Amino acid sequence: MSLRSLMDGLEPHFHQGGKYERFYAIYEMVDTIFYTPGKVTVGQSHVRDAVDMKRVMTTVWWCAFFPMVVGMYMVGRNANLAMEALDIAALEGWRGWIIALIAGYDPNSIWDCLIYGAVFYVPIYAVTFVVGGIWEVLFAVKRGHEVNEGFFVTSILFSLTLPATIPLWQVALGISFGVVIGKEIFGGTGKNFLNPALTGRAFLYFAYPAQISGDAVWTAVDGYSGATALGIAAADGLGGVLATGLTWGDAFLGNMQGSVGEVSTLAIFVGGAILLITRVASWRIMGGVLLGMIATSLLFNAIGSSTNPMFALPWHWHLVLGGFAFGMVYMATDPVSAAMTDTGRWAYGALIGVMCVLIRVVNPAFPEGMMLAILFANLFAPLFDWSVVRANVRRRLARV
Amino acid sequence: MSNVKEILLNPIFNNNPIGLQILGICSALAVTTQMSVAAVMCIALTVVCAFSNFFISLIRARIPSSIRIIVQMTIIASLVIVVDQILGAVAYDISKQLTVFVGLIITNCIVMGRAEAFAMQNPPGLSFLDGLGNGLGYSAVLMSVAAIREFFGSGSLFGIQVMPLVTEGGWYTPMGLMLLAPSAFFIIGLLIWALRVWKKEQVEAPEYEIGQHTALSHS
Repeated sequence: MSLRSLMDGLEPHFHQGGKYERFYAIYEMVDTIFYTPGKVTVGQSHVRDAVDMKRVMTTVWWCAFFPMVVGMYMVGRNANLAMEALDIAALEGWRGWIIALIAGYDPNSIWDCLIYGAVFYVPIYAVTFVVGGIWEVLFAVKRGHEVNEGFFVTSILFSLTLPATIPLWQVALGISFGVVIGKEIFGGTGKNFLNPALTGRAFLYFAYPAQISGDAVWTAVDGYSGATALGIAAADGLGGVLATGLTWGDAFLGNMQGSVGEVSTLAIFVGGAILLITRVASWRIMGGVLLGMIATSLLFNAIGSSTNPMFALPWHWHLVLGGFAFGMVYMATDPVSAAMTDTGRWAYGALIGVMCVLIRVVNPAFPEGMMLAILFANLFAPLFDWSVVRANVRRRLARV
Repeated sequence: MSNVKEILLNPIFNNNPIGLQILGICSALAVTTQMSVAAVMCIALTVVCAFSNFFISLIRARIPSSIRIIVQMTIIASLVIVVDQILGAVAYDISKQLTVFVGLIITNCIVMGRAEAFAMQNPPGLSFLDGLGNGLGYSAVLMSVAAIREFFGSGSLFGIQVMPLVTEGGWYTPMGLMLLAPSAFFIIGLLIWALRVWKKEQVEAPEYEIGQHTALSHS
C-alpha cells in the first residue's frame, strides 16, 4: 500500500463528522509534508503559481543555514581561542562529553570549531522548534487553521538571534511568547502585525537582560568576558573596536562576538542574494533599509560630537556590526509584517535603517537598535500601505 | 435583595470595569509591581469610588445638568485629598511609593464613570454599593496583576520571599520584564482573554469577518 493511498484512506476520519475531526490540522500537516496540497481554486480570477507559501518559507529557511553554519563555526572558534588563553582543557557536562566523542578543542580545526558551536546552537534550535511547534499545533487544532511552514522560518530566525550561552528554559519562554503573543492571538500566520521571531527576542531582551546582553554571554566559555564589537563601539568608538584587533574584514566575515546568526555579514549576504534572485524577499525593503542606514550615519558623521564616539562610526561599519545585516536580509523582509505596496516598502525599509542608526548612536541604554527598529517599523507598515493606497486613489480620481 | 447583590457583585466578573469596560488601565499599569502597594491603591480607590457615588447621589437632584461634571469633580477631588492625607499620616512609606497615583484617582475613569452613569440616576444606598462593587472589581484585577508581577518579577508575594533569587543564592532568575509597565498590558490582556473564555457573553462581535476561501475542490 502506497503512502498516498494510506493517507487517502485515513482522510475521511479527519473530515467534518469524522472520528478525529478535531485533529484535521495535524493530518493536513503530515499530508502536506509529503505531498503538494490536492486543493485547487475553481474561481476565474486567481493567479496560479508553483511558488506557494510553503515554497517561499522553505527557501527562507534554507537560506538561513548559511549564517547558521558560519555562526556555529565562529562560536566554536571564539570559544576554543578563549579556552586556549584561559588554559581550560575541556568543557564540562554533557556538551564536553559529546565533544570528547567526536572532536577536540583545536581553534584551527574547522571541524572542532563547528562541533563546539553545534553543541550549543543545536539544543537552542531543538528547544525552539519543539516548544514553538507545540504551541503552533495546539492553536491550529483549537482554532481550526492549518499548521504553517511560516513557523520553520520563525523558529530558525529566532534561534539565530540568541547568544550561544542562553539558558534553554529562556529559549522556551521566548519562543512561546513570540508564537502566542506575537502571532497566534492575532489569528496565526498572515495576520500578525509584528515579526514573531523578534517579538520573542524582544521579550527575552527585556525579561532577562543579563542573559542576552552585556559582555559575559557571547563567548561560550565560563568566566570569559568579551563585549560585542557594537558594545565596544558604543563605549569607546571605532578606535576602541580597532584597538581590540578587529578589522573590517574580520567583522565582515564574522570573526567577532555576537548572536549566533548575526556575526557573519558575508554568509548573510550569500543567503540574501539567493532570496533576491528567487525574488522571495523584497529588494525594495532591503534597499530602503540600506539607504536609510547610510543616510542617517552620514548625517551623524557630518554633525559630529565630542562626547559620543558613535557619531563618528562610518556606515560601512554599521553594516557589519551587530544585527544590522541579519535584520535587513531576514527580519525586515518578512512578507507578513512588512509593508505590501512598492512605495510603502521603500518607506518601511528606510524607517528601519534610520531608526536603527538613531537608536545605536543616540540612545545610551541600547547599543543595538536593529530589533527595536524593525518592531517599530512593523507598527507603521499598515500606515504606509494605507497612505500609498489613498494617494493612488486620489491620483486616479483626479483623472476622472 | 437580589438587586443589591447584583449591583455589588456584578462589577467583579460580569461587568468588570477593567476587564469589560477597559477603564482605569493607567493606574493598573503603574502601581502593580508590588502587592502591598497595589492593595493600598485598591482600598483608596474603592473608598473614593463608594463615597463619591454616595455623596453625588445625595445631591443629584440639586446638581444643574450643565455643570454636573464640575460638581462631581469637586466631590471626588475632596475625597481624594482626604484619602491622600490619611495615607500620608498612617502609611507614609507606601504613600511615597504610590507617588502621584493617589492624586490621580481624581481622573480615574472608573470613579467618574460610575458617578456619571450610576450615581446621577440612583438613590444613595444603591450608589454606595455600586461604587463599592466597582472598586472591588478594580481591586480583583489589580491584585491579580500585582500577584503575577510580584511573583515572577521579584519571586515574592506581599514582600515575603516565596522563590529564592539567584542573586541571593537561590534558584529563581527574576523576570525583569515584570517590573516594567508593559508587562501589565500583557497580563491584563491575558486576564481579559481568560475572562472571555469563561464568560462567553463578554466577547464582542467582530467588526468585520474575513471572507471564506474561494471554493476549493479536490483535483
